[in-house]
Amino acid sequence: MAGGIKKFVVGSFDDEAVLFPAVKNVRKAGYKIHDVYTPFPVHGLDHAMGLRETSLHTAGFIYAITGTTTALSFMSWVFTKDWPLNIGGKPHFAIPAWIPITFELTVLFSAVGMVLTFCYLCQLSPFVKKHHFHARATDDLFVMAVECTDKTNEADLQSFLQKSGAKEVNVQVAETGWWIGRYDREQKLYREEKGY
Amino acid sequence: MNQQFELPGSYKKWTWGLIAAGLIALVYGIVMLHPFAPVSHHGEGHDYSGTRFWAVLLQNSVYWLLVVNASMFFICVTTMAMGGWQIALRRVPEAISSVVPYLGIITFLVLMAIIWGGRTDIYHWLDNEAVKNDPILNGKSGFLNPKFFTIWSAVSIVMWWLLGRKMRSLSLETDKNGHMDYETGKKWIFKNTVWASLYAVFFGLSVASTIPWLWLMSIDAHWYSTMYSWYTFASTFVSGMSLVALFIIFLKNRGQLEYVTEEHLHDIGKFMFAFSVFWTYLWFSQYMLIWYSNQPEETKYFIERIGTADKSGPYHVLFFVNLILNFLCPLLILMKRGVKRNWTMVSVMAVLIIFGHWIDLYQMVMPGTMKDHATLMPFEFGIGALFIGIIMWGVGKYITKHPLLMKNHPFMKESIIHHT
Repeated sequence: MAGGIKKFVVGSFDDEAVLFPAVKNVRKAGYKIHDVYTPFPVHGLDHAMGLRETSLHTAGFIYAITGTTTALSFMSWVFTKDWPLNIGGKPHFAIPAWIPITFELTVLFSAVGMVLTFCYLCQLSPFVKKHHFHARATDDLFVMAVECTDKTNEADLQSFLQKSGAKEVNVQVAETGWWIGRYDREQKLYREEKGY
Repeated sequence: MNQQFELPGSYKKWTWGLIAAGLIALVYGIVMLHPFAPVSHHGEGHDYSGTRFWAVLLQNSVYWLLVVNASMFFICVTTMAMGGWQIALRRVPEAISSVVPYLGIITFLVLMAIIWGGRTDIYHWLDNEAVKNDPILNGKSGFLNPKFFTIWSAVSIVMWWLLGRKMRSLSLETDKNGHMDYETGKKWIFKNTVWASLYAVFFGLSVASTIPWLWLMSIDAHWYSTMYSWYTFASTFVSGMSLVALFIIFLKNRGQLEYVTEEHLHDIGKFMFAFSVFWTYLWFSQYMLIWYSNQPEETKYFIERIGTADKSGPYHVLFFVNLILNFLCPLLILMKRGVKRNWTMVSVMAVLIIFGHWIDLYQMVMPGTMKDHATLMPFEFGIGALFIGIIMWGVGKYITKHPLLMKNHPFMKESIIHHT
């Protein structure tokens, strides 16, 4: 996660049907889309943005087999070595009795692990204040943030977005990194051209 | 693209080849296994050949009938759930379900031959003397008796056939009546949903409860399991979805089903994956409930299969091969997204699952009937080939007679733009 303060050109759209061609045009023109913020999951947007496939499920699989291994090895150690109990005359090494717990731990490990990984990938954490490009991104606007480099002509990009159908266009400066504590001190951010 | 599909020569060759192979196996069985000789009582030098004939026929007819019937269940549940994605491929499960009457008649004949031929070696509860002296069988005799068995089997098969035929005719009607406007479409969907619900309710009363009890569980008449019907349902439903996948891939290869894409295959693959896991859940629960609640009298079913700690049973290997084929392989191979969207991999997995559950039904039928003498010889596979041939023949007949695209269904567009 490369951090740092960056400049963004932000365009807000009020229609999915306009957003999709706009995403395509912006990418075609060679601009780098930082992210598109939508009020609800938009089908196929990840594909249109050219995002690579998430590795979250691979992480989930690894957490799951970790859970399976933990459960089976811990229970077999407890019931055969550490504290063998006679339960109804059944064998100490009793796989059937362990399957439900193994299953539960598999699910627990993968669920908790995946939630934490998801939060990390989305740069979410308690006490971290995220920069909102537009407050209405949680209500009824589709907000596209395009990353600027030294060479980007912001005025050009703004008019380009406007032509693509953006209802509101502005330039914002925001921090993209992920350090607990720094987002709290918002005044340190450079917000000369805050648009709303 | 919309021209009527014509069966390629290779399909016809395979159909008739499989049927011919099956008929040879059947004739071999009738001549060599003496299926109509009176049942000899168990003991020294007992001859299992007649038992083998009927057990194999029972396994295959019940398995393949429930597999083709599962595709109509798939249509009905997706209809009731207002599903749109499956419309582009709906004619395929429809075609498969059109085989239900043929396999239904065959299954009914087999069952009647067993019941009224007094095959006590298949269904122990047919033995009146034994039932009289046996409090457990006597207690079950209100349910397990030839009359109830005959009537309920007949009612079930006829209802699957009639309700399935209604669903198919509702679907074919749309081809004739042209494009539907909003109001007619709404009415048609409602009518469809009502018939689908009736089918689903009857399916619950038959396949998901009583039919597996009667046809399969009563082989081990002393034993019972509340998981058994769900187990049979899961087993045949996952095979049914695999069969649907196979026919879709076949037709797609032949340039048909223009709107079916990887997205649809992905969803079919998800069904195959999910119901393999569901089957395993029941496979385990059936064992677990007995094990956990300390019911030694119910362990008989598993002792016949796995054996005891001292002596491994004759089905020990098959019992766990079953788990590998139907759980581990689908779980590990079908888990990845790319595999479910890969036409080759899905066809390989579909064949594997259909074979795996054929083995599953085999180990459900054989231990109670053939005891230690079960075999997996060309005869067993030949009878399986006969049923596959009949399914291919019936499906081939339906897909050449009716258009493969349900172009006037109100949800057609939803299916075309379907995206997982």
